[in-house]
Amino acid sequence: MLLAMKLKAVLTAAALASPFAMTAVTPSDTLPSAQEFAALKAENFSYRVAGDFSRDGKPVAAPLRRIKLDSSLAIMTRQVTAAEYARCVDDGGCPRIPQASTKDNMPMVGVNWRDATAYARWMTRITGKLHRLPTDEEWVFAAAEKASDDALPVTEAVDPVRAWIARYEAETSRERPALLAPQPVGAFGRNERGLRDVAGNVWEWTDTCFLRHDIEPSGTTRVTNTNCGVRVVQGAHRAYMTDFIRDPRSGGCAAGVPPANLGFRLVIEQETWPGLRWIAERAAGKVFGHL
Amino acid sequence: MITRRTALMGVAAVALVIAAPALADDLKLPRESVELVAPPFVHAHDQVAKDGPKIMEFKLTIREKEVVIDDQGTKLQAMTFNGSIPAPMMVVHEGDYVELTLVNPETNTMPHNVDFHAATGGLGGGALTHVNPGEQTVLRFKATRTGTFVYHCAPEGMIPWHVVSGMHGTIMVLPRDGLKNPEGKPLHYDRIYYVGENDFYIPKDENGKYKSYDSPGEAFADTTEVMRKLVPTHVVFNGRVGALTGKNAMTAKVGETVMFVHSEANRDTRPHIIGGHGDYVWETGKFSNPPEKDLETWFIRGGSAGAALYTFRQPGVYAYVNHNLIEAAELGATAHIKVEGEWNNDLMKQVVPPGPIPVGKSSAAKATVLTR
Repeated sequence: MLLAMKLKAVLTAAALASPFAMTAVTPSDTLPSAQEFAALKAENFSYRVAGDFSRDGKPVAAPLRRIKLDSSLAIMTRQVTAAEYARCVDDGGCPRIPQASTKDNMPMVGVNWRDATAYARWMTRITGKLHRLPTDEEWVFAAAEKASDDALPVTEAVDPVRAWIARYEAETSRERPALLAPQPVGAFGRNERGLRDVAGNVWEWTDTCFLRHDIEPSGTTRVTNTNCGVRVVQGAHRAYMTDFIRDPRSGGCAAGVPPANLGFRLVIEQETWPGLRWIAERAAGKVFGHL
Repeated sequence: MITRRTALMGVAAVALVIAAPALADDLKLPRESVELVAPPFVHAHDQVAKDGPKIMEFKLTIREKEVVIDDQGTKLQAMTFNGSIPAPMMVVHEGDYVELTLVNPETNTMPHNVDFHAATGGLGGGALTHVNPGEQTVLRFKATRTGTFVYHCAPEGMIPWHVVSGMHGTIMVLPRDGLKNPEGKPLHYDRIYYVGENDFYIPKDENGKYKSYDSPGEAFADTTEVMRKLVPTHVVFNGRVGALTGKNAMTAKVGETVMFVHSEANRDTRPHIIGGHGDYVWETGKFSNPPEKDLETWFIRGGSAGAALYTFRQPGVYAYVNHNLIEAAELGATAHIKVEGEWNNDLMKQVVPPGPIPVGKSSAAKATVLTR
């Protein structure tokens, strides 16, 4: 199942990659360098599946699974910086964000999923390596002790109104980050896997779509709706965010603490299966040039 | 299966998905399925209920589409219920159950929901009706209060944007025994029109020209910036400048009593019939309160719908406006009513048609004579 998910992620990233041949650009210090990707060996970890789950039409807690990524994970040890994103903008690869910082020691914030994927696509083009956003599973694995489990506080077989109120209380009692303004890279320390600023005050886009699932009496989980207009963002808590939102906020019926800032970090696709690499390269135009 | 919706968009629908306590289908009531019609018209209905409470079935299909909102061709990435701005008006009676099927076709890009101001609990139904593209849901609520009530889309985090993009309508809950005047005598209307007012916030480019976008998501950031200044670029009836004028003007006949239901889901307004009045006006739209009589202008609070009855006594053309005249004349909030019938000289007569001012007599002198 994980392989299938990963394949989808690769195909999506590959499909998004530019059909043009790679531009020869000399890597400079405004690109995340190879040293800034941690290589994390696959291990078993607990994963609360993202999305909505229901049984008999009633919401239930998402299953908690023990899973293992298919291969090691090459993920940035820090978030993409404002200066790095600015270079992509200057190169015509990324949308310009009004009033965005261009500092090299600050994380890029105020980006939506489309901006973040444009950056990944541009990085793929200029480095020749398939860059993409992590899936939610990959993020949780890399975040390790910093990942939060967002299980419904009240779960099975209860009055759904009580579940609703409990959820409201859980969401509104989340602590707001003490600092809302983005902080210099490294301000929030490193996690046990060596990643900086995980679950600080910049939430990170993932490639995982919002899914609704139905748990059948047999225990089989069935996806009843896939909405890729909404992606999972990760940080101090997991949130679901419309892909064009750069500045999340609550208000009206939207309760709780919205992510303070939206940024991202990238992963490099590992060469686990030559077929994937071939598809990715073909999509990136490496094999067939302008085809 | 992952769909190729990566280019599309959605609203975070997950934050609050609860299921209603499973409603055992224990309602042994007759059902009536109603075919909704586009405003300013209203589906056929009884003003006085003939029988006991029913389950009234309605269907709203959400349509995201580009619409033109003025004669200059300004485009809006609209979001609509059933394709019209405003959404269709529903009519039921107190004690009826409203059973709404809300459909969000796969071709749409965003999740939506609906909040009925006439409903009780569950955020007006908003908490129970989040539908992603490719989903539908059925909501049932009991119409316990009489009056005209707004309904609108209320997705978390982006309510105002959906509402000012067109996702609002009105439901009218009539008393079972019909409308009454302050003395308790029955009131009746011969025609009904639903005028839904909408404030639009269209972004402009650096040259001051209105911008257009390929999808609602692309319009979101710029539109929000305009919205936050609270100054609409357009204020219109029925979704477009001039939508209820010319060949689409409302019509009536002398002697007919017309019910005008007026809603604004977001912003205050003040309808006025130029040359006419409100004989009986439920300014707040709630029929348990006696109607006010003989109003010149009535105030519709943002997020509400009001109702006015007027019997036309004189033929001609009437302008139906938002009497902030800048909004009426400059931003679009003007409709027309063509009324046929016999002119009544007693009510109004042109004693002397406009002509040259007679020599040697100033109008001031004449005024003095008249006051003796």
